[in-house]
Amino acid sequence: MIVAEQKPIREIWEMVKDFNKVLVIGCKGCVTVCNVGGAKEVGVLASLLRIAANKNGKTMEVGEATLERQCDPEYIEEVKDIIGEYDAVVSIACGVGPQFLSERYPQSRIFPGLNTKFMGGAVEHGVWSERCAGCGTCVVHYFGGLCPIARCSKSLLNGPCGGSSGGKCEISKEVDCVWDLIVRKLMEQGRLDELRQFRPAKDWTTARDGGPRTMIREELAK
Amino acid sequence: MSEYKSGSNLEKVLKAGHFAFTGECGPPQGANVEKLREKAQHLKGMVDAVNVTDNQTAVVRMSSWAASLILLQEGLEPNFQMVCRDRNRLAIQSDILGVYSHGIRNMLCLSGDHQKFGNHPQAKNVYDIDSMQLIHAVKTMRDEGKFLNGEQIDVPPKLFIGAACNPFADPFEFRVYRLAKKIEAGADFIQTQCIYNMDKFREFMKRVVDMGLHEKCYILAGVTPMKSVGMARYMAKQVPGMDVPDSLIKRLQGAGKGKAAEEGIRFAIEQIEEFKEMEGIAGVHLMAIEWEHRVPEIAERAGMLPRPKV
Repeated sequence: MIVAEQKPIREIWEMVKDFNKVLVIGCKGCVTVCNVGGAKEVGVLASLLRIAANKNGKTMEVGEATLERQCDPEYIEEVKDIIGEYDAVVSIACGVGPQFLSERYPQSRIFPGLNTKFMGGAVEHGVWSERCAGCGTCVVHYFGGLCPIARCSKSLLNGPCGGSSGGKCEISKEVDCVWDLIVRKLMEQGRLDELRQFRPAKDWTTARDGGPRTMIREELAK
Repeated sequence: MSEYKSGSNLEKVLKAGHFAFTGECGPPQGANVEKLREKAQHLKGMVDAVNVTDNQTAVVRMSSWAASLILLQEGLEPNFQMVCRDRNRLAIQSDILGVYSHGIRNMLCLSGDHQKFGNHPQAKNVYDIDSMQLIHAVKTMRDEGKFLNGEQIDVPPKLFIGAACNPFADPFEFRVYRLAKKIEAGADFIQTQCIYNMDKFREFMKRVVDMGLHEKCYILAGVTPMKSVGMARYMAKQVPGMDVPDSLIKRLQGAGKGKAAEEGIRFAIEQIEEFKEMEGIAGVHLMAIEWEHRVPEIAERAGMLPRPKV
């Protein structure tokens, strides 16, 4: 899933404090699963904005809506009858949400309520970890099913570097060295020879480096 | 056709079978050319080549190629270091052509410390290619006359290719294989991380020799004299992939007040003496960090002078 975190309430308040009617829009997709952008969080953020308004001696009407998904035009339509009533909209979806809303409702002022972090998953309750960098050419099978592009701080394809220490990355003792995991796993499986092979320079054209990406499925597009 | 790959002094010294001795010089955090020239003068005649670090520990300094050119002017042979952190493959290849055109003949290929360590942690990290791929690229440019995209180079750069090896990083069991991989990718010589844990290094070298890697590549053992107990403690605790045994810290402490630096130098000299005899070791890389002025003394006491002329 796409993992996101809420922006500090102070930052969101600064964005919308001059508006009288604000609509908070959540998303039932990834951000609901990682507990930052679902119906519950829409309610909490709306309440916080009302309290902030009160504290600052102003009245702010805060509306609430949660869409099935904010990355799909079909569901973006769900707010077409109400969005015009508001001076500002705070989207608490991933970065796709505020953009789809901005594209569909060009007259509305749309603000992002979340910081989109990465593609990953929950490794324990309340802890999410990055797993995919979206490079467009998956090669995890070369590395014991673990991705060094997303999980090595230097995206090394021929690691581990000299900074790997006690299973941790040189940048922080909180960060696992994925190359340590890769080496140990393949050694245990007796597949060390695979790691002794030179991995050539990656072709990054399929990643974001090749420019903004579009995917067209001809059979679905027509 | 030359009998040498690059014709650098370091290559000639190693090929002639001499025990090589390389030094290191960190460029200034500014355009202080005089300071750089002064540091260089301490190393002149003391070493076969001088590593010029590339924004080491991710702190911005005068570029390694520019500082290398200044060393050339001073009559020293630079070992130009390049990290993959700051350049994509376009910049890497053009810098290689640039340094070669100006007379640089040695190059050390590194991944580089992550920018999080340095003084611009906000920077975007590049890592378009890794150190292994960099080694391979320099070799392909030299031996096949081709860029990374396969296109022909109009006068290929002939560089003596160096790589780093840290026997003290984890997982230990894999380190010798990674070294083998670097040699296969094209490394002509290796400079190791600073060695303090001699037991572990002996074990590592045994594996290297068992695999015959020392016959395919020149291995220079990394030595950094400890200047103080504080430095030893810092290296032990704060520098990832550094292995400083407690026994060494105790030895420095035991030397008494004001004598730790001398004890550090003594330890370094003992190490060099052992490396001269150690199977598979072709030389020593002395990284006297901000201690260039002590290099002549260390070189003299370690019996490394005079340096051979090949």
